[in-house]
Amino acid sequence: MSAKPSKANDKTFRRPGPMLTLVRSFCRSWSARACLAVMSVIVLAAVFAPWIAPQNPYDLAQISMLDAMLPPGSRSMSGMIYWLGTDGQGRDLLSAIIYGLGISLEVGVLTAIFAGIVGITLGLLAAYRGGWVDAAIMRLVDLQFSFPAILVALMLLAFMGKGIGNVVVALVVVEWATYARTARAAALVERSKEYIEAAICLAIPVHRIVYRHLLPNCLPSLIVIATIQIGRAIALEATLSFLGIGVPVTEPSLGLLISNGSNYMLAGKLWVSFWPGVALLVTVVTINLIGDRLRDVLNPRSL
Amino acid sequence: MAIPEHRDADISSGSAEQFVIELCGVSRSFGGPGALERLGLGRGSPVIHAVRDVSFGLRQGEVLGIVGESGCGKSTLARMVAGILKPTAGEIRWHGKPLSSLRGREGKAARLKAQMVFQNPWSAMNPRLRAAEIVAEAPRIHGLIPRGEQDAYVAHHFLLAGLDPALGDRYPHQLSGGQRQRLVIARALAVVPEMLVCDEAVAALDVSIQAQILNMLMDLREKLDLTSMFISHDLGVIEHLSDRVVVMYLGRVVENAEVAELFERPNHPYTRALLEELPRIDGERRPFAAIEGELPSPLNPPPGCAFHPRCPFAMERCRREAPALLPVASGHLSACHLNDMA
Ligand SMILES: Nc1ncnc2c1ncn2[C@@H]1O[C@H](COP(=O)(O)OP(=O)(O)OP(=O)(O)O)[C@@H](O)[C@H]1O
Ligand code: SF4
Ligand SMILES: [Mg+2]
Repeated sequence: MSAKPSKANDKTFRRPGPMLTLVRSFCRSWSARACLAVMSVIVLAAVFAPWIAPQNPYDLAQISMLDAMLPPGSRSMSGMIYWLGTDGQGRDLLSAIIYGLGISLEVGVLTAIFAGIVGITLGLLAAYRGGWVDAAIMRLVDLQFSFPAILVALMLLAFMGKGIGNVVVALVVVEWATYARTARAAALVERSKEYIEAAICLAIPVHRIVYRHLLPNCLPSLIVIATIQIGRAIALEATLSFLGIGVPVTEPSLGLLISNGSNYMLAGKLWVSFWPGVALLVTVVTINLIGDRLRDVLNPRSL
Repeated sequence: MAIPEHRDADISSGSAEQFVIELCGVSRSFGGPGALERLGLGRGSPVIHAVRDVSFGLRQGEVLGIVGESGCGKSTLARMVAGILKPTAGEIRWHGKPLSSLRGREGKAARLKAQMVFQNPWSAMNPRLRAAEIVAEAPRIHGLIPRGEQDAYVAHHFLLAGLDPALGDRYPHQLSGGQRQRLVIARALAVVPEMLVCDEAVAALDVSIQAQILNMLMDLREKLDLTSMFISHDLGVIEHLSDRVVVMYLGRVVENAEVAELFERPNHPYTRALLEELPRIDGERRPFAAIEGELPSPLNPPPGCAFHPRCPFAMERCRREAPALLPVASGHLSACHLNDMA
């Protein structure tokens, strides 16, 4: 988008901001557009689950034990087709997956938001303040990284019990350090630039320097990390739920669906675990591909 | 006499009053043991003495030129004068009051009075803000803009720096190098400073634009009665712009004199070497670099006079004893043992 210099005098003409430039260069790649399309379908399906799903799998009035363990493509008593089959309780698997996606995404996004707020604040503080503040925060980060994430999450959940909120808390505890480390690294680069010195010289308050000047310029690497961390949180949540200490049965995520189905695997009824597994895989891979593409696009040389 | 006599420690005399800004034995070092290292965990980085025991004062409206090779501490000094860095030793006085004693509102006001013009206009502005916001941010926060008059205020300062106010909605990367440096100047002027600290303000620009910016800075100085500190590699520029020149070597001031005096009767061997390198015939300027010998590292400065490994007049005493900065003529200070021999 070559801005026409002749329009410089036109008051109403606004030049495209960095955000618009970013979106445009992101969409330049064919595979990026495909990933974005898949992700949109996933998100829309999850958000509008009650209207899209063929049945509400948690409304006992809508499911029938007589339909339990039907293979994909079977027809129900009432004439509806179970495209992906049914599970042990006679729920339509497609509907369960659509509802489960919502719960998985919810956990992923909530974790990213809270871990991001905690981690980024600490990372920026470490970079801006330096000295002992930096040393203390970064030792805490090192400590966090020295324990396997799944182990920490397992211990926390064993202590707190099941529940979406508890899973999010546990995942925030294991993920904040990644945000802190990335934010600090990016902020150290920005902090050495003269516009931060200029802001100090202009007596701009510290919180404003950090949130208005430092943070927006660190955002590129943080967006990439946040995207990839959403994928990681979803996978971790699935693992925890599979192990039976994640979300409760009343709010089944993809991981719990896989776990439920695994009981029937040996009986040769693979679809009950297989389709939720595919949904999980597609979601996590798509999120990671988007993260990679963002990393390419946000590389300063390509902007 | 425009030179503070800091060495006597008490500057209670009335002479301090006439300086806009006065540096008294200012030093700044970097590195050294950090918080953890002091607890015995790990080893700190080595100490770099970037600026050592520097003293001088600037009077109202004066232009002070600072010269010296790369790494001699010019930028560090500029940052301390602009209030971006704190000295590790010594004191900076603003109209006679130590900066460190000014707190809260008064401290903030004093900080705004000295503004910096940076060498690299590419990195001196937040790339995510539009030009108008870059100029408006600080004065708005500090309540310098009357209600509802932000556009007029910004336009006024754009025009002061020779920028078309219509460029206000551009991002820094949509401006040319010269326009960007004008924007940096407009931003500094927008907080109504008394002093501008220009650290190689034109070095990154096209030669054709350098002169424009320099002329504009000099016009502004007249128009707004600004005191300024001007750092440059270009001795021609320094000679042209400054009232007084301070020559630095490895963090110390080695000579301080009025501009005509310095260029006609340079005293210190280092200054003389610098001036010999200044080509005057063809008018083409070039940065001085090729004084014989390497510039020693500030990490490990030579003992005695720091210039002795490169000085053609070095004596035994120079290796042992650091020369003090002493008057050699009225308003002319130099730090060289040769002056003791006469
Ligand atoms: N933040 C810092 N941390 C550590 N060392 C520093 C820092 N800032 C400056 N120094 C060191 O202090 C010394 C003086 O640096 P300074 O930037 O003041 O030199 P300068 O005279 O401006 O050089 P140039 O002409 O290249 O700009 C250098 O050796 C530099 O490495
Ligand atoms: S003190 Fe000695 S070494 Fe230093 S400049 Fe003078 S003569 Fe040279
Ligand atoms: Mg410098």
